[in-house]
Amino acid sequence: MAPASSPSSALSLRDVVALSGRFPLLAGVDLEVAEGETVLVEGPNGAGKTSLLRVAAGLVPVASGRATVLGLDPGRFRTEVRRRVGMLAHASHLYDDLNVRENVRFAVKAAGADTSRIGAACERLGLTGRLLRTGVAKLSAGQRRRVALAVLVARAPELWLLDEPHAGLDASARSLLNEIIIEATANGATAIVASHEPELVASLANRSVTLTGGRVTGERRIVTSVDPPARIVHVA
Amino acid sequence: MWRDTLLMAGKDLRIEARSRVALSQVAPFGIVALVLFAFALGPDRSPMVKGAPGLFWVAMLFSSVLAIQRSVSVESTDGARDGLRLSGLDPAGQFLGKTLSVAAQLVALEVVLGVGVVLLYGASIQTYWLIAVSCLLGTIGLAAAGTLYGALSAGLRIKETLLPFLLLPVVAPVLLAGTRMWQAALSGGTPANGTPWFHLLIAFDAVYLALGVVVYGPIQETA
Amino acid sequence: MTSKTIVQSPRMIWTTRIIGILALVGTGITVWLGLWATPPDQTQGDLVRLVYIHPGVAWVALYLAFGLAAGCSLLYLWPRTRSLFWDRLAAASVEVGVVFNACTLISGSIWGKPTWGVWWAWDARLTSTAVLLVLFLGYLALRRVPAEPEVRARRSAFAALFAVVDVPIVHFSVVWWKTLHQGATVLNANLSPTIHGSMAWTLLLGFVALTLAFVWMLLVRYRIGAMEDYLGSGELDMALLERQSEGMAPVPATGEAPEALAPVGSAPGARAPAEVTR
Repeated sequence: MAPASSPSSALSLRDVVALSGRFPLLAGVDLEVAEGETVLVEGPNGAGKTSLLRVAAGLVPVASGRATVLGLDPGRFRTEVRRRVGMLAHASHLYDDLNVRENVRFAVKAAGADTSRIGAACERLGLTGRLLRTGVAKLSAGQRRRVALAVLVARAPELWLLDEPHAGLDASARSLLNEIIIEATANGATAIVASHEPELVASLANRSVTLTGGRVTGERRIVTSVDPPARIVHVA
Repeated sequence: MWRDTLLMAGKDLRIEARSRVALSQVAPFGIVALVLFAFALGPDRSPMVKGAPGLFWVAMLFSSVLAIQRSVSVESTDGARDGLRLSGLDPAGQFLGKTLSVAAQLVALEVVLGVGVVLLYGASIQTYWLIAVSCLLGTIGLAAAGTLYGALSAGLRIKETLLPFLLLPVVAPVLLAGTRMWQAALSGGTPANGTPWFHLLIAFDAVYLALGVVVYGPIQETA
Repeated sequence: MTSKTIVQSPRMIWTTRIIGILALVGTGITVWLGLWATPPDQTQGDLVRLVYIHPGVAWVALYLAFGLAAGCSLLYLWPRTRSLFWDRLAAASVEVGVVFNACTLISGSIWGKPTWGVWWAWDARLTSTAVLLVLFLGYLALRRVPAEPEVRARRSAFAALFAVVDVPIVHFSVVWWKTLHQGATVLNANLSPTIHGSMAWTLLLGFVALTLAFVWMLLVRYRIGAMEDYLGSGELDMALLERQSEGMAPVPATGEAPEALAPVGSAPGARAPAEVTR
């Protein structure tokens, strides 16, 4: 995806409250993520990390406050936002009865993306040969995650939302995942990674946000030895 | 929207081709229903022949509930419903695609049940095109209303018992119309008798297709 | 008029009581007139007395109750007028409407037994009334599924919409089923002979009394529903307190939050599902 020529906002949340029935998932979140950034969202279980990502994906409606994703209101421009945003969630959103290749093809075509990248993406994630034709029901959790990741790589969305992506992956898969994220952001995409193992993500992110009790309770710059272009972030 | 329709229908039909649930479970259920009706009405053939149109459509209605339930449960694996929302597919296209896929399966089922009715009950078809038209229109109506109610009851724990109760009264007009048109077809009936039913089916189909296109998206965003 | 007003304001409570009393009195007078004061019909004899009740309950059930439910459901679905008030009103209307619908079928059946000799005749109007009953029982079944109020409201509103759309289709199909079927005798379900004099007045009174009875039941049922929902909203305050203590981060106050919660930076225009009843 071609990066914008001037830094613009990939995600903007202003005092966002999100409810699940009566329960406040997010209790007033302020967050600004500029294009091209990689942001780590950390916090204890139940803090609202997944909810934050789901709000950004437009899955959870905003009860009050303002959310802007890639410059659009996710409530009003649902389909367009969802085509440009990719989410790697706990569930892999795959169809058990179809094989790997069919699942990837369906997801890529559904998002309106170019199907020519599918082959390369699958190869990158080690989904080759017989594995491509294996029914998803027979795959292990780690393999499913690879398939979901292949979908993201092939779709190349502008905003990547990753919910604890390292969980359930072995060491080689983890480093592959990190490579993929770095590549994506180098190409102009934005990545928001929720994790409660921040050490895994520290090498990727230039910024970390801590979420507790549905609100942002802390923010810090991450200084890395690898040299992404330094971005000055103003804490809201 | 049309591109998404074909994509969705293709996906559902491919899943059916792999899992063959409609083939191995729904169709046999329909046949079993026909056999049970025969036990209930027989052993004389004449009540069966007289009732053949109605029995065919009742068997279709019950089988279509199964087909709809299968279509809905396909999306319950591994968060697929969320996945569909995230996928960027137009919800109207999702609705039409699912309806198309269910309709295709139901048409196949109709062929099987139709042959069953002819063989088992001794019904003889005089006007083939009337049968074909009534089956086609009835199927579209069943598929559209069924997909809508399926979406409404998706994700509910008691949907197995709720869906038939919700759906069957609503599709009663399809039963009425289909039966009348079949009766006309079996007795070499006049088109004049069939026309209001034809209009009824068209109206039913149009209403539920339009409703689905408009309302399927908002229903998905509820849960 | 907010939901809180209907539930708690003294004026509404008194209005409800008055309507209830009027309905009771009206129905009582109708019964007296119907059973004793008015003369029996020439052709139908005493059976005609059912005419004071049957069209009344039918009108309430088929048009008033379900029409109201449909309208409220649409109002709920329309974003600009969305409010749980419409959902609760629709649900109350359907529930009371189902009762009146059952009464319609029962009174029709009672009339039918001496007239046709059978408890049930597959007459067009009776049949479509029966289908309508089943459709709205489905609505009530859907409502019993446990869910958050907003989710349940949306789902029910859609179900009501589908049911109402289906009603004319079912009606026509059943009418054609009866009349277009060769060889069937067209049964005349006309319960209203030409009436005049005291019978006409009784009929009118019956309509009015039954309508008042419906309104009274509607208001009472609505209040029950609203109070049930407020019981649930007390849990919202608990949830807020818990969330707050979790992160030791202050939580925006919703609407009329109790003073115990220290409101910090209350979210502008926060949607306030809870109204704390003190």
